[in-house]
Amino acid sequence: MRPIDYRRASSFDDAAAGQIIAGGTNLLDLMKIEVMTPDTVVDITRLDGLSTIEAEDDGLRIGALVTNTMLANDARVRAGWPLLSRAILAGASAQIRNKATTGGNLLQRTRCPYFYDTSQACNKRSPGEGCAARGGAGRMLALFGTSDQCLAAHPSDMAVALAALQAEVEIRGAEGRRRRVPIHDFYRGPGDRPDIETVLDRGDLITAVVLPRPLEGARQTYRKVRDRASYAFALVSVAGSVTMDGETMSDVSLAYGSVAPHPWMDHDVVAMLEGERPSDALFQRAADRLVPDSAPHPDTDYKRTLLRRTFIATLRQLTGLGDATGTDIARTHG
Amino acid sequence: MKDHFTMDEPQPRVLDETKQGVIGTPMDRPDGARKVSGTAGYAADHKVEGMAHGVLVRATISRGRVTDIGRASVMDLDGVIEVVTDPRMTRNPAQGMAGEAPVQPGDDVHYHGQPIAVVVAETFEAARDAAQRLVVTYRKEDAASDPDATPDTEVGDPETAGDFDAAWAKADVRLDRTYTTPSQVSAAMEPHAAIAEWTDGRVELRSSLQMVRFNKAELADTLGIDADRVRILSPFVGGGFGSKLGLGPEAVAAAIASEKLGRPVRVVMSRQNVFDAVLRRSETRQRVRLGASKDGQLLALSHDDRVSNLDGEGFAEPVSQASQFLYRADGLSFTQTVARIAATPAGSVRAPGEAVGMVALEAAMDELADELGVDPVELRLNNLPDTHPMDGRAFSTRRLADCLQDGAARFGWADRWTRGTRREGDWLIGMGVASAARSNMLVKSAARVRLQGDRAVVETDMTDIGTGTYAILSQIAGEMLGLSPDRVDVRLGDSDLPGASGSGGSFGASSAGSATFLAAKRIRRDIARKLGCPEDALTLQNGRARGDNREADLSELIDQELVGEAEIEAGKTDESHFSAGFGAHFAEVAVNEWTGEVRVRRMLAVMSMGRILNEKTARSQALGGMIWGIGTALTEEVQSDARDGHVVTRDLANYHVPSHADVPGDMQVVFLEERDDWANPIQTKGIGELGISGAGAAVINAISHATGHRTYDCPALPDRVISSLAP
Repeated sequence: MRPIDYRRASSFDDAAAGQIIAGGTNLLDLMKIEVMTPDTVVDITRLDGLSTIEAEDDGLRIGALVTNTMLANDARVRAGWPLLSRAILAGASAQIRNKATTGGNLLQRTRCPYFYDTSQACNKRSPGEGCAARGGAGRMLALFGTSDQCLAAHPSDMAVALAALQAEVEIRGAEGRRRRVPIHDFYRGPGDRPDIETVLDRGDLITAVVLPRPLEGARQTYRKVRDRASYAFALVSVAGSVTMDGETMSDVSLAYGSVAPHPWMDHDVVAMLEGERPSDALFQRAADRLVPDSAPHPDTDYKRTLLRRTFIATLRQLTGLGDATGTDIARTHG
Repeated sequence: MKDHFTMDEPQPRVLDETKQGVIGTPMDRPDGARKVSGTAGYAADHKVEGMAHGVLVRATISRGRVTDIGRASVMDLDGVIEVVTDPRMTRNPAQGMAGEAPVQPGDDVHYHGQPIAVVVAETFEAARDAAQRLVVTYRKEDAASDPDATPDTEVGDPETAGDFDAAWAKADVRLDRTYTTPSQVSAAMEPHAAIAEWTDGRVELRSSLQMVRFNKAELADTLGIDADRVRILSPFVGGGFGSKLGLGPEAVAAAIASEKLGRPVRVVMSRQNVFDAVLRRSETRQRVRLGASKDGQLLALSHDDRVSNLDGEGFAEPVSQASQFLYRADGLSFTQTVARIAATPAGSVRAPGEAVGMVALEAAMDELADELGVDPVELRLNNLPDTHPMDGRAFSTRRLADCLQDGAARFGWADRWTRGTRREGDWLIGMGVASAARSNMLVKSAARVRLQGDRAVVETDMTDIGTGTYAILSQIAGEMLGLSPDRVDVRLGDSDLPGASGSGGSFGASSAGSATFLAAKRIRRDIARKLGCPEDALTLQNGRARGDNREADLSELIDQELVGEAEIEAGKTDESHFSAGFGAHFAEVAVNEWTGEVRVRRMLAVMSMGRILNEKTARSQALGGMIWGIGTALTEEVQSDARDGHVVTRDLANYHVPSHADVPGDMQVVFLEERDDWANPIQTKGIGELGISGAGAAVINAISHATGHRTYDCPALPDRVISSLAP
């Protein structure tokens, strides 16, 4: 870790003065191994108004500094958006969730081991350097949305849930104006600049995440498959919310984690499902649409099969087609 | 005067006659409170006046030579004192019990991650920064890092008994399977660390080491100085599992930097350093061939393996160790191949050999039972040898059959259903069994016991690596001297004390415990003389001595310190009798038929492992081993980049030891009563490693019972399980 200037922001305008730190659960690790080497770190944890969850219209406005623990345990979230609570609790450990913040979680960096090892070429760490993961060991890499420059996946569970819930990110610009961006527009693909991961401009500060009104009577789950039962990043995950109208699926929202540089969504798949009766045949056809014909790295070829199967299993349980014994399906209520 | 004892004949069960009654009790470890309150001083915890901080620099090529260490690139940074290189620096830790310097490569680089220098600074942070920034220039050479691709392999001579080929030809049922296990690491909680300080030409090293007697010789040889100029202190070790058997490069770097700079130097490995440069367990490829008659008698048994290591390392994972004595067959054959690769070198990791070899052997036995249509427990019971199949030695004690039968009854094995037929929702349920076996050893050990009044002190350079040495030595001395263990102080991990086996191979408790027993026994002789009775009439209990109608409190009788010192080593019983711990593992798992996730629902181990010295620490050892078994079966895998051998999973987020959620609440351990008179005078056997031996196989076999399909590659990660379901 290199010597840094530490500043404590006392106003929103101060946030532009350097690398923002809140919980620091990812940034400090990256600074210690010099994957990130900011000169100045600006601590925003004393800024007012960013640490509360408030009702807004029929939805919720979640301050950027609300911890993962507080958000997952909020009674309103557990009742109206149980998918979000489950996704957060599926990630990290209690100690990390106590420190990690809502805004910081969205901005956590990939866990691609080549990004973390400064002896290995990485375009995300040093644009133009090359990508050692290509041709290397790549079990955790992405399946969709990669570029020649970068194969890395986004590791967040929370962001996948927020995508399925169609949340928006509230951003305060350097000039003080606030704007809201849907989660699926917040991230950008790697393209030829994998170091640029979001639409945030210099001086921008995430101030909140906004949840739209809950879907009464939806069945929701966050299905995370990983290499051990806890404290591991997803191999694939499916965030799902399905509302049944009689015997048909009236409202379907799905997002997929650890398969792309950002939470992955496929509107064609949703369109295939909405208004239809659940059936294995339909879910197989939808999986055919969802899953790509090939993987960008041989080590992630298994994710095509695993995503397909996790997708079908999750839909079976959300729609009552499958026995949900031993799984975690919640029904929303306002 | 030191008593010398050689284990030449079976020994009387003295600890069953003594009266204090503390042997075997689940006594809390006396050091426990200090450990959980953070007041036990681990190697890196010490602060020495004037101490500088060193951080190791790793090579970032897999073979070649350092042409310029790039000292100038960091010397201007604030706080940097020096970039130290030295021809005496070592490329990796010594192998266990080496007693001599590891390879000292000079400017040569043999693997990616090899320590090539240590940057010393006024603060740890400055040293770490400079180590990152150092611009090293190399001359690169080609080298193979992939064990499947290297042209450099050494095929050993087969070890055989009988005629395997003839027996194989005669078999009615033949099973020929290849299994793989990945490289693993010890992942001890405490990273490797050392503080070195020179005074008057003598170096004192505080380090986290398992085998102080050997480590002292290793440091002296590495530095090129006499051993009497070396003192090593290792009173607390935060987990070893083999990774701290030998003196590590961080300790050598600290000693050399301290000598050059004339001030104490501390070197602590980062977790990434530990993955890069501490000895790993080799990945294995294992071919098991089992040939049996229709009625379930094994006729042919072969277990061949391919492991890897770096050139210059004598260690090769002894994969087939247990396969050579567990079952009988007319023909047995074992061949090992070592692939030489440019990658982090391999060495001892918890139960070298059995930990991975038994996964393959016991999975093959399970599949053979299926092929034969016999119960897997029955197949094992029907094929136990009368004597050691390879050399004919008698077994000292072996209650494997009792373990299998007792375990089957406790686990509800009789209610086991047909493979692949039970489900709960999307989860398929299965039960598995495996034998456990781990050879038992006695290693030369000395200890000294001092008795002053009714307080005793045990002194030995033995270590406590979290296993409970402080507890059991206080119990042994207390039992022999009639003292409550809390009146016995135990001093460990100091090379100035009598030299013991150290902690490794599960032989520490038996070896150092026997030395302590013998030292205390010598004191009993002196007490008897003082009391005025024959030694065999002496009873010691609760600080009071009795014998021949005489009685006295030790606090009054022992007015001058009594000192007993004893040394033990293996002898003729080792030639006539083969001693090993045995057991049986049972596991029940649930396998998600969609995602391939496996959850262990309950585990049981029934073990016969000689006399139990402390029921609580023994149980903890067994449980820890079983959890390793879960890791072997389900989660643990070092991934390396085949192009240059560098470790990709360099932290505990990517190298997956089992989390709490992977370990079921229902973990049962049962010890069967046993005394091994041929093993040592306290009738114990090694405990720690038996828990892992076979445990992973029970889980793997349970998966196959659940799904009806077999996986041959460990760990059984979700994608591998799915592949087995829909091949």
